[in-house]
Amino acid sequence: MALIVGTGALGLVAVARNFDSLGLAAPLVAAVAGCYIAVNIFLRRVAPHADPLVLPLAAILNVMGLAAVYRLDPDQYGPTQVIWTVVGVTCFVTVLMVVRDYTLLSRFKYLLGFAGVGLLMIPATPLGTEINGAQLWIKVGAFSFQPGEIAKLCLVIFLAAYLAERKELLAIASSRLAGFHVPDLKHFGPLLVMWGISLAVMFYEKDLGSSLLFFSIFLVMLYIATARLVYVAFGLLLFFAGAFVGYSVFSHVRVRVITWLDVFDPRYIQDEGYQLAQSLFALATGGLFGTGLGQGRPDIIPAAETDFIFSVLGEELGLMGTAAILICFMLLVARGLRIAMNARTDFGQLLAAGLTAIFGIQAIIILAGVTRLLPLTGITLPFMSYGGSSLVSNFILIALLVRISHQTADAPAPAETSEILIGGRG
Amino acid sequence: MQPQIRRVGIGLVVAFLAVFLQLNYVQIWAAERIADNNANVRSLLQEYAIKRGDIITVDGEPVAVSEPTTGRLKYRRTYPGGELYAHVTGFYSILYGTSRIEASYDDQLLGESGVITMQDIQDRFLGSGLKGDDVRLTIHSQLQETAREALGSNRGAVVALDPQTGDVRAMWSNPSYDPTPLASHDGGVAREYRKSLDPNSIDSPLVSRSTSRSYPPGSTFKIVTASAALQSGEYQPQSRFPDPQALDLPLTDDTLTNFSNTACTGTGEIDLFTAVTVSCDTTFAILGLDIPEEIQASAEEFGFNSPIPFDVSTEASQIPPVPDDEEPLRAFAGIGQGNVAATPLQMALVAAGVANGGEVPRPRLVKEVISPSGEIVDSFPPETIGSPLSSANADALTEMMVSAVSDPSGTGGAAQIPDVAVAGKTGTAQTVEGTNPHTWFICFAPADDPRLAVAVIVENGGTFGSEATGGAVAAPIAKAVLDADRALQGW
Repeated sequence: MALIVGTGALGLVAVARNFDSLGLAAPLVAAVAGCYIAVNIFLRRVAPHADPLVLPLAAILNVMGLAAVYRLDPDQYGPTQVIWTVVGVTCFVTVLMVVRDYTLLSRFKYLLGFAGVGLLMIPATPLGTEINGAQLWIKVGAFSFQPGEIAKLCLVIFLAAYLAERKELLAIASSRLAGFHVPDLKHFGPLLVMWGISLAVMFYEKDLGSSLLFFSIFLVMLYIATARLVYVAFGLLLFFAGAFVGYSVFSHVRVRVITWLDVFDPRYIQDEGYQLAQSLFALATGGLFGTGLGQGRPDIIPAAETDFIFSVLGEELGLMGTAAILICFMLLVARGLRIAMNARTDFGQLLAAGLTAIFGIQAIIILAGVTRLLPLTGITLPFMSYGGSSLVSNFILIALLVRISHQTADAPAPAETSEILIGGRG
Repeated sequence: MQPQIRRVGIGLVVAFLAVFLQLNYVQIWAAERIADNNANVRSLLQEYAIKRGDIITVDGEPVAVSEPTTGRLKYRRTYPGGELYAHVTGFYSILYGTSRIEASYDDQLLGESGVITMQDIQDRFLGSGLKGDDVRLTIHSQLQETAREALGSNRGAVVALDPQTGDVRAMWSNPSYDPTPLASHDGGVAREYRKSLDPNSIDSPLVSRSTSRSYPPGSTFKIVTASAALQSGEYQPQSRFPDPQALDLPLTDDTLTNFSNTACTGTGEIDLFTAVTVSCDTTFAILGLDIPEEIQASAEEFGFNSPIPFDVSTEASQIPPVPDDEEPLRAFAGIGQGNVAATPLQMALVAAGVANGGEVPRPRLVKEVISPSGEIVDSFPPETIGSPLSSANADALTEMMVSAVSDPSGTGGAAQIPDVAVAGKTGTAQTVEGTNPHTWFICFAPADDPRLAVAVIVENGGTFGSEATGGAVAAPIAKAVLDADRALQGW
């Protein structure tokens, strides 16, 4: 494991060499490598039965992202991101120490739920700061923070706890409405209210990516809890209705769709479609093997270090690099869902599945966006994009997964262990 | 809940695979098409990060240089000579690409000529400080300046070259343009300026009259006709021709008259030598009817009917074969009218071919390519592109051309230089009805050891209007260039 981390760190060194500033990069590399080795030893002691692949996979993604961020801006973003990595790893450790038993989290579900909605709302208040046209940040001193990233986790925990408690009730269609069996509004109420508020806030803050993410995670968790596809169908119906309204009412939604359909239209390529077109140019320039780290010009892409970090690596590492990143994401998702399936409690299963799903869906939304598979909605790529809030929340996310997996394995094992998605237990 | 979780897992995997397929499409399948889009500025940024080599004149004057900028494109091309060298250097423009030397020596100027030094490798690795090679022209700044002054406000062109090496020492075309605004990094500036140059017109300043525009060569073409006659073996300088007041043309009642509407000598006969001296049209019209195929072959040896191999693009001069049922056109071809059309560069090569003992030199605009460290990485030895004349016939023709300048009855007296034998031939070419004739002069000097061959055209007679002749308008311009070169080279 330390070997994998070491290789990842080498990626950073490779970048450093091109900038002819190895001396400056060395402490950063040492900090990151030291950090991961320390947390690995810590993990072996505190949660020895935890899934052994989750942290290394996250580390690989993180170090590759770090290399790309450092390559783009070795003076400011690079070192800052290293600091955030250290902070993130510290949060990982802290969460593992504090949350000794994840099942206790379900007790605080309403608190967490309100906290989530509260966090979402903060940027909409005068405390918030607008960056790049979206009001998602709060400024504390020199730091800006995106509370929405943490809110996401709170809301997933709330959903997991609430659904675990009432999944049977929700699955039973007890009343009829317009010929359809629909569940009792009493049980659905809090869910819909929470969901509605979150969506409204995110929409108000023009955070299309997060709205889409939250919408889908809600549907996914509802489906896992109840196994009723009709909810998913109903949700999709709502989604398309919402999308249509959004398309008709908001010009920025319309622009996204238009540029998605024809990104190379000369009328938009220098304006609305510029960013996506530059992303595709970067990927196309990369080809199979890429230009080599530091050899391309991915810095042309606006917001390269955040939403478009994947295109940066796509240009410089080629399809080889992007495929490797995709495999890491898929493996991490597979491990997460395996943890979910093995979890002993409904809450554990829902929580692990929800956390994994929100991680996976977030990655897919932005990956599909920057490759023009789907219309672009700005959102960070977990572990890779520049940004402290995103990094910290994702470290907390995997800390919870690690905790669940440790607790599962620590308890007396059932007769048979299902080996479902991939590989054996390390 | 496990089945649901598994299905969610399958869904996520499918989504990741869809992204993977899309990546294959973007990065491999359609990569070339996507990356070739004009809005992809990668290759542009890369190219403009290189300090493109300078273009300098043979005497070291920089005429195209790259200046560092503070913008995203690291260097900007400027042309210190303004319009003076535009048709030589061409331009280096983001919107309009490259032209002339900037185009034909693009690789060398960008430092991609294939000669890679350790310094190059180091620079490339560090991604900084890439420099291109310098290109040294054959053009001499003072001769170029003289050509511009001598032509003045007349529309036309001056081409002057060393007949022994082919080195073009001056090539000026008026009107000209300033390449600097076209090389501007501000697309609006480049676009506005180009629009002001009327780019789609044949009269646009963007067109080099020296190499890319053909005119009827008129009497200067008689040198080609005379070459064919001498080379055929059927005629000598003393060969006698009838000297009618008007030549009856075959297949028609029309006649061809001399410029003065009289016979050339009044004795009823004229020899070839005198015909060149006084520029007798009927003599050469008779030759045109008599030996059309030999004339065409001779012209092709001089360079007609195919683009001249040169460092910049050239338009081919034309002498198409005349079918039998249009026989009168052969008479006109003999005097450089009718279907015959030539660029000033071509006519300079006609003079140079005679001057160089019957061997036409390949014209050169580039003397050598110099690496950033000062080494000469490429130079160009003299070459021949045609042999229209034997050395003896070239000498004979030279004598006739000297007579055309020095004899009191000659048409080119205005090009006389004291103590130096100048060989020349005037031309006053009819154009369409109602416009003034184009005036030509081609010459070389000194006749016994030629150092410079010159062709001058002044469109539509310039300031002389309908009274213009090659002797009166073009010959003094050529003489000014000869004088300047004599002072520079000391012949």
